[in-house]
Amino acid sequence: MALEDRNRVVILEDRVENVSGAEFPMSFSDQGIPFTLKGFKESFDIKIIRLTPTDIEFDLIGVDASIANALRRILIAEIPTMAIEKVYMINNTGIIQDEVLAHRLGLIPIKANPDEFLWKRADEQPTDQNTIVFKLEVACSHNRDATPGEADPKMKYINSAVYSSQLVWDPRGDQEERFAMDPIRPVHEDILITKLRPGHEIICELHCEKGIGKDHAKFSPVATASYRLLPEIQILEDIIGEDAELFRDCFPPGVVDIVEENGVKRAKVVNPRKDTVSREVLRHKQFEGKVRLTRVRDHFIFNVESTGIIAPEKLISQALDVLIEKCDISKTALAQATKGNSEEDEE
Amino acid sequence: MAAMEVTEENTRPNYIALLDTPEEKITILPGASADLTSVTFCIKEEDHTLGNSLRWAIMQNPQVDFCGYSIPHPSEAKTNVRIQTTERTNAVEAMAKGMDDLKVVCLMMKDKLAQRLDEGDFARMN
Repeated sequence: MALEDRNRVVILEDRVENVSGAEFPMSFSDQGIPFTLKGFKESFDIKIIRLTPTDIEFDLIGVDASIANALRRILIAEIPTMAIEKVYMINNTGIIQDEVLAHRLGLIPIKANPDEFLWKRADEQPTDQNTIVFKLEVACSHNRDATPGEADPKMKYINSAVYSSQLVWDPRGDQEERFAMDPIRPVHEDILITKLRPGHEIICELHCEKGIGKDHAKFSPVATASYRLLPEIQILEDIIGEDAELFRDCFPPGVVDIVEENGVKRAKVVNPRKDTVSREVLRHKQFEGKVRLTRVRDHFIFNVESTGIIAPEKLISQALDVLIEKCDISKTALAQATKGNSEEDEE
Repeated sequence: MAAMEVTEENTRPNYIALLDTPEEKITILPGASADLTSVTFCIKEEDHTLGNSLRWAIMQNPQVDFCGYSIPHPSEAKTNVRIQTTERTNAVEAMAKGMDDLKVVCLMMKDKLAQRLDEGDFARMN
C-alpha cells in the first residue's frame, strides 16, 4: 500500500475501512527508516488556526492517535484547578436544600491560578497555601421603594436572585498581597446560584481546594476538549455540468466550488476542512466511482474551550507537562521496581 | 487558618499530587522470563492516558517484538503493559526507552507549540 493510502481512513457508504494505522517498524516492506526522534521532529507539526481568550483551534499533524487522545484525556481530567470543595452552612432558609446548594456552588469556576496553591490532603489543616475562602451572606427583603402592584420580583424584592458576583473573597495570610494584581473571584459574575424571597437568608463560608477532573468534573479546566480527523474529498473523475451543482450541494457551503473553464462547469474541492462527512454524496448513483471520501489518520483538528480559569494556549502546554511528569514518575518507579528484582535474583 | 512556611519543595508547580503516588507504582508480574525479554508490568494509578501512548512509544522500538496494554478491571486503577523483545535487549530497557522517547516527543510538541504561538500566524479574536 502506498504511503498516501496508508494514512487515510476510507469512508464508504455503509462502513469505514482502514481504520487503525500500522506505522510500526517492519509493518510494510517499503517503509524505509524506522521511527527516530529526529525523524519525528521533522515530520510532525502544530498549526494554530484560531485563538480567543477562551478557545483555541489547532491542528496536530503527524502524531499517533494515542498521543492525541492522551492530550485530550489530560485536558479533561488531569489538569488541576481550584474549586469550591467545602461549604460550611451557617444559615440557609432558602428553598434550595443545603446539599443541592453546596453542589451548585461547587460548579462555579473560580479564577485563581492553581500553580500558586498546594494540594490539600484529607488529613491536612487548611492553610493560606492550599485553601481559598469565600463568604456568601445574602438575605432577601421587600423593596420599600417599589411601586405598589409591582410584579417583577427583581423590583419588588431586594436580593430576589443570588448571583456568583455576590461571593466575597476573604483573603487569608499573605493572599491579599500575593494576588493583589489579580484578585481571586468567580470567572463569571452572572451565574445564578439560587432565588430567594423575603425572609429567606443564606450565610455560608466556602473553601476552595485544588483538585482534578478525574475526582470531580467541577475541577475540569475545559468546557470541551475534542478532536476530529481532517476530512478529505478525492475527485477521481471530473464532475461536470448539472452534476457539478448537485455535487456541490451534497456538502456544507464552502466545501466545494464550481469553476467554469471554456464554458464547462466543473466541481472543485476548495475547503474539505468544513465538511461534516455526512456521506450524502455517496447516495447518488451518478457519483459512483467518481469520488472517494477519506480522513487523514494523523491529522487531528483539536477544539479546546477553556472555562476561563486557564488561558487555552497554556492548557495545551500544561497538558504536555502532565504527560512529561507521568513519564518521569514512572521512570523513577521502574528503576525502583527493577532494583528490587535484581536483588531477588542474587538471593 | 495558619500561615504556612513557604519552602522550595512546596512552591514547585506540580500538576500531579506527588504525595499520592503509590509506594510500589510499578511491579513486575509473576511469570516473567528469566532473561527479562518477556515481562508484564503492572502500573498503579495509571489509565489509557499513559498506557496507550506508552504502548505506542515502545512499539516504535525495532527490538520490540510485541507490546500491548490492558486495564484488567475498571474499578481497579491498574494498567498492565506486556513487552516482548528480541535477545539484543530486554523488556525493562525497552520500557525505560519508551518512557524517555515519550517524554522527548512531549517536549518537542511543547517547543513547537511555543514556537507557533510566538510566530502568531493565526486568527486572534476577542
